[in-house]
Order: sequence, then C-alpha cells, then structure tokens
Amino acid sequence: MSELHAADHAHHEMGFLHKYVFSTDHKIIGIQYLITAMAMAVVGGLLSMLMRYQLAWPQGVSPIMAKIFPVAYNGGLMEPGFYISLVTMHGTIMVFFLFTAVLLGGFGNFLIPLQIGARDMAFPFLNALSYWIFLLSCIVIFSALFVTSGAPMGGWTAYAPLSAVPAAAPGQATGMTLWITAIALFSVSGLMGGLNYITTILTMRTRGMSMMRLPLATWSLLVTSILGLLAFPVLLGAGLLLMFDRMGGTSFFVPAGIIMNQMPIDHSGGHPLLWQHLFWFFGHPEVYIVVLPAMGMASDILSAFCRKPIFSYRMMVYSMVAIAVLSFVVWGHHMFVSGMNPFLGSVFTLTTLLIAVPSAIKTFNWLGTVWGARIRFTPAALFALGFVSMFVSGGLSGVFLGTSAADIQLQDTYFVVAHFHLVMAIAPLFAAFAGIYFWFPKMFGRFMNPTLGKIHFWFTFIGAYCVFFPMHVIGIGGQMRRIYDPTQYMFLQPQQPVNVFISISAFVLGSAQLIFLFNFFFSIFGGRVAERNPWHATTLEWIAPTPPGHGNFGEELPTVHRWPFDYSVPGEREDFVPQTVPATVTAQH
Amino acid sequence: MADGSGPGRMTLSGVVLAGLILILIVALLYLFIAQPYWFPTLASEHGGRIDSLFMAVLVVSGIAFVLVQGALGFFIARYGENGGERAAYWHDNPKAEAFLLITTAVILTVLVFMGQRVWASIYFADAPANATIVEITGEQFSWNFHYPGPDGQFGRTDTKLITNTNSIGLDRDDPAAKDDIVTSNVMHAPIGKPVRVRLRSKDVIHSFFLPNFRVKQDAVPGMGIEVWFTPTKAGQYEIACAELCGIAHYRMRAALTVDESQDAFNKWLEEAGK
Repeated sequence: MSELHAADHAHHEMGFLHKYVFSTDHKIIGIQYLITAMAMAVVGGLLSMLMRYQLAWPQGVSPIMAKIFPVAYNGGLMEPGFYISLVTMHGTIMVFFLFTAVLLGGFGNFLIPLQIGARDMAFPFLNALSYWIFLLSCIVIFSALFVTSGAPMGGWTAYAPLSAVPAAAPGQATGMTLWITAIALFSVSGLMGGLNYITTILTMRTRGMSMMRLPLATWSLLVTSILGLLAFPVLLGAGLLLMFDRMGGTSFFVPAGIIMNQMPIDHSGGHPLLWQHLFWFFGHPEVYIVVLPAMGMASDILSAFCRKPIFSYRMMVYSMVAIAVLSFVVWGHHMFVSGMNPFLGSVFTLTTLLIAVPSAIKTFNWLGTVWGARIRFTPAALFALGFVSMFVSGGLSGVFLGTSAADIQLQDTYFVVAHFHLVMAIAPLFAAFAGIYFWFPKMFGRFMNPTLGKIHFWFTFIGAYCVFFPMHVIGIGGQMRRIYDPTQYMFLQPQQPVNVFISISAFVLGSAQLIFLFNFFFSIFGGRVAERNPWHATTLEWIAPTPPGHGNFGEELPTVHRWPFDYSVPGEREDFVPQTVPATVTAQH
Repeated sequence: MADGSGPGRMTLSGVVLAGLILILIVALLYLFIAQPYWFPTLASEHGGRIDSLFMAVLVVSGIAFVLVQGALGFFIARYGENGGERAAYWHDNPKAEAFLLITTAVILTVLVFMGQRVWASIYFADAPANATIVEITGEQFSWNFHYPGPDGQFGRTDTKLITNTNSIGLDRDDPAAKDDIVTSNVMHAPIGKPVRVRLRSKDVIHSFFLPNFRVKQDAVPGMGIEVWFTPTKAGQYEIACAELCGIAHYRMRAALTVDESQDAFNKWLEEAGK
C-alpha cells in the first residue's frame, strides 16, 4: 500500500456501522474482542460466585436463589448437576472466552500493527472474520447455559467417556454438543487470528524494526500465535472426533463393555486416554498461550513505569521461545495418575521441571528491572508488579505438581485449583488489567480514573491472595476439585471454615471488579482527555496520534532507530528516548 | 550495584504494596510451619516417602518464595519515583544471569532425582507375593470391592451378567466364584500387609483416592490398572472419588477399615461372604 493511498484512507469518512461494527480496522477489532471478552468474564465470574456460595454453605437453603433459579435451586438447595455445570462453564468461559480472547484477540489485534509500525494487519478481512466467528462461538457457549436438560457437565477438560456418551450426565446431551460446537468455532477463529499475527509481524515491520527491536509484548504475541497455530488444530481435531463418537457411531474414545444405568453402551475399540493426550497436547500450550502475552505486556509496562530498561531483553526473548518449545513436551504432567505408563511419568517430570528454568529466568529479570528503578505507581504499574508477585506464587506450587510422586496426593485437589488459578488466571488477569490501564488512553483518547484504578488494585490484590492462597492448604488437606459438597467427607469437615473464608474473600474480589467496569465504561466518554504519549513511553504506538486514525501513523510510517527500552539513558535530556529517535549523541547499549 | 543518580524515595503506594507482600510471606510461614490444616493422618508405608518429598520441595520452594517475594517487596518500597531523579541504566549482567540459570537448573535437577526415587519405589516395584488382592470397580456412583475368598481365585466376571443385584457381573456358575466376596462401598484390609488393588470402571473415569494412604489412581473403563500400598495404622478411613464422574460425583464415597490383625480381617471376610 503506498503512503499516499494510506493517507487517503485516513481521511475517508465512514458510516457508523462500517467504522465501529463491521470494521476491518485492527484497533476496532481489538476493542471488540476486549469488550466481548469482558462481557464473557462477567458471566464466568458470576458463575464462580454461585460456586463459592455453594462451597461455603453447601446445605444452606436459600429462598432467594429458589426464586431466581427455580430449576437449579429446586426447593432452595442447589442441584448437584447444576454445580457441575457451573464448574464446566466457568472454566470454559474463563480459559477460552476471557483469557485467550482478551490477550490474543484484544491486545494482539490492538497492539501488533501499532507496535511494529504497520497500518493494519496483513489480512484485515480475515481478522474481522476471526472476530465474528469468535462472537458466534460466544453466543453458542452462552446458549448452553439455557438448555433444559442442563448445561455441559464434563468440566472444561471434557474427559471421555463422560463427554462422549450423552447418557453419562444430563448436561452431556445437548449441552455438551453446544460445548463442542463452541470450542470448534473458537479454534477456527483462533487459527485465523494467529495466521494473521504471524504474517503481520514477520512481513510488515516498519523500516529499522528488526526482530531484536520488537517490544516484548509483540514478541510474546508472535510466539503465542505460533503456539496457537500448532495447538488449536489438535483441539479442533479432538473436538471433531468427540462429535463423531457422540453422533456418528465411531469409537475413538469409548472402549467396549461400558454399562450406564444398567444399559450397555454400543461402542468398542476406543481409548479414554487418547482424549486426554490430545486435549493436553493442546491444553498445556494453551496455558502458555495465556501466560506468554501476559509476560510480554507486563515486561513492557514494568519497564515503562520503572523508568528503567527491561533487564536482559535477549534472555527474555530466548526464554519465551524456550517455554514455547518445551510447552509441547510437558502435557503428560496432567496425567501422572491417569493410568498412563508410569515410565512416562518420569519423562514428563523431567521436562516439566525443565520448563521451570526459563520461567525462573524471567522472574529474575523482572526483579532486575525493578532493582534501582524509579517506580511511578500508576494503576498499570501496580498491576504489572502484582503480576510478578502472582506469577511467582503460582509458579512455585507448580514444582510440587510437576514432581510426579508428590502429585499423587495433590492431583485433582484444591492445591491444583490454587496453582492454576494463580499462574494462568490471576497473573494473566493482572497483566490484562495493567494492559487496559496502560493502553486505554491510546484506545479511547481518554484516561481511566487513577484513584478508582488504585482502589481496584488494592481490593483485587488482597482479594486474589485471600481467595487462592488458602486453597493450597485445603488441597493439602485433601479436598477434591469439582465436588458439590465437601462436608460429605468427614476428613474435610474440619477445614470447612477455610472454605467460608475463601468464599467471603471471593465475594469481595468479585465486587471490586464492578469498580473497574464502572471506571472503564465511564472513562470512554467521561475520562480526562489524554495526550499522544501520556506515560512517556518509547514504543511506536505512542508516536501515533491518540486515538490513532485509520492507517495509524498519518502520512508517513515511522522509522525505528533503537530498541524499545531506552529509559533513563544517562546524558539524554528526557528520561525516555522513543524508538524513532536516531542514535546520535548517547552512549549505546 | 550501580544505582541511579539519587537514593529514590519510599512512596505510600510502594510501602503499602511491600507491606502486603510482607504479610503474604508471614501468612505463608504460618500456614506451612504451624500447619493449622495439613495432610490427613498418614496410614501407609510409602506415604511417608511422599510426605518427606513434599517437605523437601516445600523447603526449596519456600526459600525461593521468601527470597523472590521479599526482594520484590523491598525494591517496590525502596525505589519509588523521586522528583526528577533518574533510574539506574543497566540492563545486562551475563555473569549473574548464567549463575542464576545454572543454580536454578541444578536445584531442579536434584528435585527431579529425589522425586523419581520415590516415584520408582511406588510404581516400578511389584507388589509382594503375600499381598491381599482386591478388584475394585468404580461405577456412577459407588465403589464395588471384589475379594477372591479362601481359594484365592477370582471368579469370572462378564459385563453381560451385570444386574441390580450383581453389580460386577460375577459368573456364579464358575467354581472359582463360589466363595468370592463382593461388597459395595465397604473395604477392609489387614494392617501391615500389602494390599494389591486392581482398578476397573464400568462407565466413566473415576479416581480411587485414599487421602490417608497417599494413594490416588484413576479407574479407566477398558483398562485394568494396579497399585499397591501397605496400611500401617488400624482404623476407619474414607475412600473418595477424585475425578469428575457425573452429578453425584461428590458423594461417591466408600469406607476402608484397616483391621488390627489378619484374623480380624479373615473374620470380616467370613461375615461378608455369608
């Protein structure tokens, strides 16, 4: 696209529908992803509140709930099947429709062209199509909540045969079919996005933007997109096989001789572990599909508010690549007690602890970044620092679970729930919040209210730890995941007060998010107007007008002369040097 | 280490956040040293090895937790913005990086080997020949226990024979089945003698979880999976299902009694067989 032509584009007037709804502009698509994912997060979050209420007071009769959900709370007590549906829907919505969507779809779309100095994505139409298929998948999964026979009940991992035989549970009929459909659509949408991101980053970088000058957010999105491109087809394939087992009379995952409700099930020759292998071959890279962009964004934001270069940029990039490669050979650590050959348990322990090395490197590098910094405590900075703390807490418990012998006792307990929530839900959530507070001015041309932002941070930081830290302890005590009523077991009864504490903390944590939602939507229209580079940051998106028009950079694309982390360079007049400033006077790194 | 052009400043946000991290560290130390809630009482031989492995990992990761969170909190409190003062400008230290990389790798390698010794002792060792053998079949939502009886031979089972009263489809015409004992949700084992468990499932995946014995093994339809353990403490224990198996998963609960002696166990078998 010639520069003149691009400038033409920038002045072209478009109707509201074309500009904000059926747009092919990466920024609008990014914001569409962001807001859709936020809506899904509200749903997923509310479901978790119902779960926590149930876990704290499993036998408490609630006339109010009976009025709101007459079917699910028959007589004021939650139906056990409804609880399993909550577990399934909460996990599915949060992993796919919140985190994957917000980090890859939201920030990926918004940031990549701006940070590499491009006018848009390589395939804008494919990009828009990716969003609309994602929206369709959201509608399908949301509709699964309203199926009369029950929402899906297989957990977000959908282990076969529970997921493959509709008779296995009420929600495994229509509900499960909708679940598979939504996941298949989501995979397709993810593939379109991923292909687009990779092509864009590899081919459309502006003059001077070598790979080793990319901001870490963009680096992480590139690595993540490659992971997605390799992992999502496996999920899609596994989902289709599952569908065939349910509707086409095949037996990929169901062995012969199964009996349910005294009725023989007509299958033969399948293997339940095949599903687990396929699912986790996707599922473990998926963890890093969520975690890597969080790491990348948090690194950039941390550096900007520490006013100090990121420590060891090179190692940050290499460790991301190492994590990505290793993430494909660790899936078996989800299956230590699954009946898989125990020799494989040894192999997967080794690879799993291996992946802890690059993760530790990244942590040291964040510490190295904060050391000697001059931190500006904006909401974005607080959330980026919170990310580091949460990632450390969640990462260290992974060492227990990765050690196969220690995992025997901890597998499928709340220790696992604590671990993965901290490391792949709360840490990425903190990074996403940091990202929203940081890039909001660029997205909408206005600031979010910093006081409300800080209040939001304090409640979220304290709330998240109060919810997820004690879960380790009740997990050590043996409390299983996905049980509707822990007090059924005598050995779990003494720790019930901890469940009450966690639930109350969860309600506080959940309520605090209302502050964020208010701040977000109010600030779009009523926030203080932001200038071009309000945080004095160095990367290219801050060179673009606020908010950037169609085509991002006006008439001429920027030229890049330096890496993205020149903060507090000695001898420079300002404490930041944008990437576009030629290297003339200063001592270079 | 090279600092910026000045000392930095303790800011309110920085001190509060550092304070919260300090509280977190204190909470960690309390929960994991005072142990107000901890593992269910240990009642098996190999469980001791699992618990000590857990403690070893706990010590290593606990130290890492305190050091890393502590450093983070300290830097946050210490290096707040201070007027026009500049941050330090350094962003590489290959020696420090190599040192941390190698240290981490060495520590983790040691943990891998420690862990694999325990893993091997549990999974790569065959059950002793004198073990009590039990076939356990999970179904939605109960556990069926099948003992071979005095002849030591399991009778033939066939899923076609499964009825309301014959939960595992035992072929009563098979001579070996005559003295077999099948119970629902009740398991017994004598103290001090290995128990060899063969796990099956009739429908979906279940997980045979004995919290006090540090035993957890999935029961997978189409597979027969063996684990073994040695009870070391007589008493009443709970058996749980640890893998989501359907709507009543939460109450797929059974009872395990570890009998004081082989005689007491034999007596129970006799009673149960009547």
